[in-house]
Amino acid sequence: MGDYPSRSENAVTGDPGVAPRHTRAAGTGVSPSSYDEPPIGGGGALPRKKSFSMESGFRGLSVAAGAMVLVIIVAIAVFLISKAIPALGANTENFLTYTRWFPNESNPAFGIAALAFGTVLTSIIALIVAVPISLGIALFLSHYAPKSLATPLGFTIDLLAAVPSVVFGLWGRDVFQQPVNDFSVWLNKYFSWIPIFGGEGPFGQSIMLGGLVLAIMVLPIVTSLSREVFQQTPGMNEEAALALGATRWEMIRIAVIPYGRPGVIAAVMLGLGRALGETIALALTLGLVFNISFNIIEIGGNSVAANIATTFGEANETGRGALIASGLVLFAITLVVNMAARAIIYRRREFRDSAA
Amino acid sequence: MSLLERESAGVVMTPDNIRSKRLSVVVNFGIAVAALLLSAAIVLGTGIGNWVLVVVLGLAFYLLGLLFVASRVEGRRAGRDRMWKTLIYSACVLAILPLASVVWTLISKGYSRLDGNFFGSSMNNIGARDPDGGAYHAIIGTLEQVGIATLIAVPLGVLGAIYLVEYGRGKFATTVRFFVDVMTGIPSIVAGLFVLSFWVLIVSPWFNNGQPRFSGFAASLALTVLMLPTIVRSTEEMLRLVPGPLREGAYALGVPQWKTILRVVLPTALPGIVTGVMLAVARAAGETAPVLLVAGGAAAINFDPFAGNQSSLALFVYQQAGDASRYAPARAWTAALTLVAIVLILTVAAKLLARRNSLSK
Repeated sequence: MGDYPSRSENAVTGDPGVAPRHTRAAGTGVSPSSYDEPPIGGGGALPRKKSFSMESGFRGLSVAAGAMVLVIIVAIAVFLISKAIPALGANTENFLTYTRWFPNESNPAFGIAALAFGTVLTSIIALIVAVPISLGIALFLSHYAPKSLATPLGFTIDLLAAVPSVVFGLWGRDVFQQPVNDFSVWLNKYFSWIPIFGGEGPFGQSIMLGGLVLAIMVLPIVTSLSREVFQQTPGMNEEAALALGATRWEMIRIAVIPYGRPGVIAAVMLGLGRALGETIALALTLGLVFNISFNIIEIGGNSVAANIATTFGEANETGRGALIASGLVLFAITLVVNMAARAIIYRRREFRDSAA
Repeated sequence: MSLLERESAGVVMTPDNIRSKRLSVVVNFGIAVAALLLSAAIVLGTGIGNWVLVVVLGLAFYLLGLLFVASRVEGRRAGRDRMWKTLIYSACVLAILPLASVVWTLISKGYSRLDGNFFGSSMNNIGARDPDGGAYHAIIGTLEQVGIATLIAVPLGVLGAIYLVEYGRGKFATTVRFFVDVMTGIPSIVAGLFVLSFWVLIVSPWFNNGQPRFSGFAASLALTVLMLPTIVRSTEEMLRLVPGPLREGAYALGVPQWKTILRVVLPTALPGIVTGVMLAVARAAGETAPVLLVAGGAAAINFDPFAGNQSSLALFVYQQAGDASRYAPARAWTAALTLVAIVLILTVAAKLLARRNSLSK
């Protein structure tokens, strides 16, 4: 334990000329256990390591804070499962395949089939619309725009990401619904032979409206991540392509896009994660109808997260458990999507530090 | 003799034949006008749509015409290059449109209730026929909830980042860093459900005679879950930018590591950390779902974040949006304008601070 030889040893072997201990210990050195006194005769200038110090305390605190993240993720899973199990036990229908939501009855019956379907369909529409546009903007910002234009435009896209989702929801319902409704009527008039544009109406608060609003919300995430990735293309690759006579687009196709592909895939998956978990914007723009229909322009659509927000108010204990169970499914799906995206990013070390 | 001389024997090099032919701007503009006219003639002539279809179809015709003409003049590869350039430019215009529309709507619709009454009164005793009512209680709620969440999340997040940068080595640190990134993607509604099942349903009955209780503090906990990974990530990036020689200088003077971190590393990285915290606060202030689930929302003013329902600005927007009163939309839009103003001011301030930060440049 002690870093120094004890004083008595010292007195005997190291300093034979010094008077024995008991003669100089008058007043202070009463006990032989006063190890804190440095040994006589120099050497051992380093302070002794204490069993508890600020250093180890601070270190422990920071380790605990780091571990807190893992604790929270585990705790989310544990508490959601613990509250979901009683409700799932009381369910009289199959939770995964039933399409209706009656958890507050005396015979609770609820399933997430329609909700999960709506969640996935709106997210897919959002990605189909948002990803090409995002990649276009990302390429514009990284390879076409002059710096004087790229900086403010990139700033604007970042601001788009900061606008709260409830504002997009309100805008989607009060402003965007009318043009989408007109567009739906037009689609229905000329393309009703395609099943997704069929039906007799009414149109408006549809999967398409929800999907398009989601697309606007996903756009900034995919754009800023892909821009980071495109900007990291090694200049040598680009210059080599240009030196071989490639046009700008050919240079992008043979140098920038192959290099950035993993990063773009990860960006799209992060956008998907955001789209899957979006709540309030969809609660305001979807028709909140419990059925599975591929028709994307008629009033209808629902999603797991939107259902939690809209039916939470009238839920009893089983109802709350049912909503928590559906939230657990959402948590699991987004966790898997996010982990896959992050794993892709981590495999390419060069993206790790900047493309957060 | 040499290759160059042999090749140039028959051809005289002039600026005209060493430069390839370029499509002139006038022709480009002409194609655009022709495409728009053609599309307008088709669409309006047959009556299959309005001006939106004219623009969309016009763009398609323009792309085809450009591809054709540029291929003839400049070669196929250059033609394709022009087509993609046009597509990429139009993607930008397309993305600006919704943002412009949102900003315009916020200002034009939110302006009507931007008065003292809105910021000075709550929704208590406001019926469907009352045009008054305001968001005072919601603003109080947002400030308290976000404030408490910041008080919890900032020390935790900064310490976590210190672990990742200064102490963390090996597998555990990699795992923590990975899950911090994963945690940024947790949906806000899941964070709300977590606090609902953990705090509201299990812990809060201990303090409330066995009855579960909504509170603003529960909302703060949910916001903490959402803010924590953002703060850890941005702080980590900033700490990594602190030059190693600064630390080594402190160690060489005999300063212990914890003191080096607190007195040398953190002050150096402080502007960047503040930027990250402000961005996290801006994100948390706009969250609706967790507040809806665990604070419940209220019409009256409640200063106590630890007891009783509380509202927040974002939740106020959502509830007014669902309200049947004909005065509700105006309140919703004004609250949305206030919320966006708060969030954007925080974001812009954070970005300006980041730009002045000497570390990241």
